[in-house]
Amino acid sequence: MTPPQRRRRYPIKQEPPPEQLQQSAPGAEGGTGQEGTKGKEGERKNPERLYVLTGATPGGERASLDLVTLIVACAEPPPAAPPEQSALLRLCKAPLSVAELSAYLNLPFSVVTVLLTELLTAELVQARDPLIRQSLADRSLLEAVMHGLQKL
Amino acid sequence: MDFKSSDTITGPRTEDRLPHSTQAAVKIVIVGGFGVGKTTMVGSVSEIRPLTTEETMTQAGIGVDDNYGSDSKTATTVAMDFGRISITDQLVLYLFGTPGQERFWFLWSGLFEGALGAVVLIDTRRLEVSFDVIGRLEERGVPFVIAVNSFPDAPRYPIEDLRSALDLAPEIPIVECDARRRASSRDTLMTLMRFLHSLELTKASV
Repeated sequence: MTPPQRRRRYPIKQEPPPEQLQQSAPGAEGGTGQEGTKGKEGERKNPERLYVLTGATPGGERASLDLVTLIVACAEPPPAAPPEQSALLRLCKAPLSVAELSAYLNLPFSVVTVLLTELLTAELVQARDPLIRQSLADRSLLEAVMHGLQKL
Repeated sequence: MDFKSSDTITGPRTEDRLPHSTQAAVKIVIVGGFGVGKTTMVGSVSEIRPLTTEETMTQAGIGVDDNYGSDSKTATTVAMDFGRISITDQLVLYLFGTPGQERFWFLWSGLFEGALGAVVLIDTRRLEVSFDVIGRLEERGVPFVIAVNSFPDAPRYPIEDLRSALDLAPEIPIVECDARRRASSRDTLMTLMRFLHSLELTKASV
């Protein structure tokens, strides 16, 4: 029996990052207050900007939070906090990934990143960035993961 | 928005909480067609009960915001199952079982770009459904290994026939696995890690 046949592909040139696409998107003028923040450093941490992003580009990039960014609460929920913020703060008393928060809260990933951006701005939570492939200069991380898997 | 009242939210069980010393996470993506066993593999090696993160995708064009929330758009919910393995008290590994269709990948920014690598799970009864996935990973430069999930009634091809049919470079590992078995799934992940390690060694010697 002969299996079906595929043809190999090769790395293609990177598309411009979604941010740049967003800035040139014709529909982007619908948002308010985004002109002043456009293109500046740290704009992804600006909650107002994020709301604009979330509303304007469903499926686009929303925040610098990864699925496996670890979130840790560093304060008790303020008495006036909305219920979803309080729930988030209670959940991440111990470190928890954004993906787990999304799962436990039963909220889409994009919505959780918006809520978390508010909490990060208010300094109620800390974010611990993931180790991503591009930043792997040494082999020690890979070796640590292999060692951990061998223990399973 | 459908938000559960905080009384009904069940967080992680006590034994599923990560230690406070956990500093960072890494991720591996398990990608393949519908029903190929992604969730099974995630579940067999995960230390937590597999969880699901969802994202909503609308069919409206990018940049259109005036009808946000209106009923005229068709929304599709795309779910992704994931699991977790503690590596050390400072490092944790997450495994994501990801739909094979590339249009879903954009829903989770950095899903592949930030991952250590990917396991492409294939079913020899439907080999062709994996062609596009493999091509997309090649285009994105994401390192991957092939794991043949051994379904009892699936045709068995010699590994080299599979390599030829999938047009894979000679260095890309192809392994058989039984996604239901923890040891087998773990060995598949180890194959990926050894492959990544060899890539780093090659890079370092250039």
